Amino acid sequence: MTTDVVPGLTPRPALSRSAAFAEAHRCLMCWDAPCIRACPTAIDVPGFIKRIAFEDDLGAARVILEANILGDSCAHVCPTSVLCEGACVLNDVDGRPIPIGRLQGYATGPVIQGGVQLFSAAPATGKRIAVIGGGPAGLACAAELTKRGHEAVVFDAASEPGGLNTRGVAEYKQTRTAALAEIAWLQEFGVAVRPNTVVGEDITFDELLGGYEAVFFGAGLGAIPVLGIPGESLSGVEDALRLIEAVKTGALAPDAFIGKTIVVLGGGNTAIDAARLAVRLGAVRTVVVYRRGPDEMPAYQHEVAEARREGVAFSFWSAPHSVIGDGKVEAMRCQRTAPGASGADGRPAVVTSDEPPYDVHADVVVRATGQATRQSLLSELPDVATDGRGRIIVDEEQRTSQPGVWAGGDCVNGGKEVVNAVAEGMAAARSIDEELRR
Amino acid sequence: MADLGVNICGIESPNPFWLASAPPTNTGDQIARAFDAGWGGAVWKTLGEPIENTWSRYSSVDYNGNRMMGLNNIELITDRPLETNLAEIEAVKSRYPKNALIVSLMVESNPEAWHRIVRQAEDAGADGVELNFGCPHGMSERGMGSAIGQVPDYCRDIVGYAKEAATKPVFVKLTPNVADIVPPARAAKQGGADAISLINTINSVTGVDLDTFAPRPTVAGKSSHGGYCGPAVKPIALHMVSAIARDAEAGTVPISGIGGIATWRDAAEFILLGATTVQVCTAVMHWGYRIVEGMIDGLSGYLDSKGMASVNELRGKSVDRLQKWENLDLNYVIKAHVDQEACIGCGLCYIACNDGAHQAIGAEREGDRTRVWIIDDACVGCNLCSLVCPVHNCITMQQQDTEHESLTWVEYGEGKGTLEPRPKHGVTITAE
Repeated sequence: MTTDVVPGLTPRPALSRSAAFAEAHRCLMCWDAPCIRACPTAIDVPGFIKRIAFEDDLGAARVILEANILGDSCAHVCPTSVLCEGACVLNDVDGRPIPIGRLQGYATGPVIQGGVQLFSAAPATGKRIAVIGGGPAGLACAAELTKRGHEAVVFDAASEPGGLNTRGVAEYKQTRTAALAEIAWLQEFGVAVRPNTVVGEDITFDELLGGYEAVFFGAGLGAIPVLGIPGESLSGVEDALRLIEAVKTGALAPDAFIGKTIVVLGGGNTAIDAARLAVRLGAVRTVVVYRRGPDEMPAYQHEVAEARREGVAFSFWSAPHSVIGDGKVEAMRCQRTAPGASGADGRPAVVTSDEPPYDVHADVVVRATGQATRQSLLSELPDVATDGRGRIIVDEEQRTSQPGVWAGGDCVNGGKEVVNAVAEGMAAARSIDEELRR
Repeated sequence: MADLGVNICGIESPNPFWLASAPPTNTGDQIARAFDAGWGGAVWKTLGEPIENTWSRYSSVDYNGNRMMGLNNIELITDRPLETNLAEIEAVKSRYPKNALIVSLMVESNPEAWHRIVRQAEDAGADGVELNFGCPHGMSERGMGSAIGQVPDYCRDIVGYAKEAATKPVFVKLTPNVADIVPPARAAKQGGADAISLINTINSVTGVDLDTFAPRPTVAGKSSHGGYCGPAVKPIALHMVSAIARDAEAGTVPISGIGGIATWRDAAEFILLGATTVQVCTAVMHWGYRIVEGMIDGLSGYLDSKGMASVNELRGKSVDRLQKWENLDLNYVIKAHVDQEACIGCGLCYIACNDGAHQAIGAEREGDRTRVWIIDDACVGCNLCSLVCPVHNCITMQQQDTEHESLTWVEYGEGKGTLEPRPKHGVTITAE
């Protein structure tokens, strides 16, 4: 395994046949395999890996996609080292778990990217389900419903469906082209998508509830809200998701940050994605400013370690004070913070220090401080209950408090992985199917 | 450093590592490079009447991602002119007087042909000749190779022809494609053989191309059975070597062991079961002549660790340890033991025991991992769990204290002694 001297925007290449074969043969095929339990979609990992080992690559892809219809995306974007690969028993032998994610991509790539259809839909039931949001949760739900013979229609506000898969996954993890190919594969299979359709504007909830037997709500989260600090409207202040999307669409050139200093605000995985992306766009200096310490960062430790290896600097216990500049960003002014008493979540409260703020030179400031919930959209569904943080409340089958409405993905879990969204979307589809067949 | 030098039927060799008669010994240039690398001896690829080969000649069996677990070939004897081979034999022997150089021979079954070829090989300077009674493909269709080795009377007669002309030792290379290796070995001895080489390759078809339906190696869409060799055949070879070594008559003839030898450990096993020299082919076809360096270092280090000054001290030490089953001790009780600290919780031992053996391992999820345990009174000590366990020394087989003296099947049949309590059988299925 080589590390690029200069990290690029291209995702790691697929495993070669020889490498996949060798790695597949290392799999022990555990009893009660912990990798399966660690996967939110419970993919039969030893099952698909042994199919690769036995030279049945299509069989491997079928095992994966049966459990996780977006298995190709997940192969690239899953934090495998904290999921399946983190659970692999070989960690205890030599610290070299089976590269499950890469093997998964080896199997699914030729199928999804090559447009090979493996499944056929069950006989048509004549039932129609409206799916709100064409992100991973909605697509997974719609695909599973299609497979079960229902007519699922995905309503998506954007011109291209896919949600964060198309727009929000850092290009160096999975390309936009690959994500779109996966959606094309789903559409080829029979998933109907209505792009450019804003629910609440182009079509009302009542129309959906009236015209369809069930509704799945998978609209995800909203934009990253402004912080409300001085200077935030200066040219050069970006939102991490818009930055990631601009790179994916080509709106931002791959050399856009050469010679520049980038300050990223936030400590979550999106902040790390943005920082690692900045490095790849040529930034000479990338600084993540986070108001708590390294132990409190919500970002995955392995991602933080990768970012550090790539030269990303961290300024902990620092809160955004204001953006300094004349028309355009010149510096990020930060206020020192300190840990206070532990809060309900076990993390220390953030206490702002009395010290005078300090400035970090910046050409671009990227906001990665968390997405808002879709309050305005949800307000149109008054019977769907949400919790104190605006997340939709569901039961174990993803049913909301409103009969006939299921929900899943970021709007329910507050913002987790693609694989969690897929798991919830597919669980909802199974529940809807069962309900509609009653 | 222990002395690796050996003497087999009067032929001195600086070490027991020889190249078998095969593609690696096809030319003088190859053998010279092999001797430079450290090989003690070589058996020149079989000389005989002119033949022509097909192109596609080898095919292999891969296992769990490893290449060439077994190798199969349909190549015939040398396809180079006899004069060229003889001239090169002379050149090699003059440049490497201390290395053992044996020439493999195969001609039609008449005394004159054998006399002529034996004399030609000896005149070229060979230290001895090896009669190829083993090749199972191509040549056997023409009444040579394994067609001889499979009929003890032919073996005896043809060894006799060779011995009539030979002034130097005659090796006989036997085919494993027989029900019992001992009769041809005895026949070779009766014919006057000075040494026995075995095994030659095993009749094989390595596989079929699932797209074209042509077996491998494919020659214009068809194939022919070949001879199988490589790591996969080692256990078969060890058995046949030991069967001859244990035989009162054939066992007096020195043995050059062949079959899947790739490491010093393999060589040591053949020597323990009675071989004086070992011959290597597939491993060299896979990795080149250089592997002999590790074989020399490994064997001499091993002899040092055993306090043996010479490899000759090792020879045959395990021959008497192979017995008929009826002489094994029924009261030798061992049971599996799991080192819970070393266990990684893969559960392979549980699956293997439960599905493939005697249902003597329990397993359950404990927190995030699998915990296994041995059900002592069901464990028959079969070793399977220790064989499948991927962690070194995690499952060990431990001898148990017993009440009764050792007891063989023979003694038990005679009503002697007392059996130790036997293990309990697993789950009993009922009709409902």
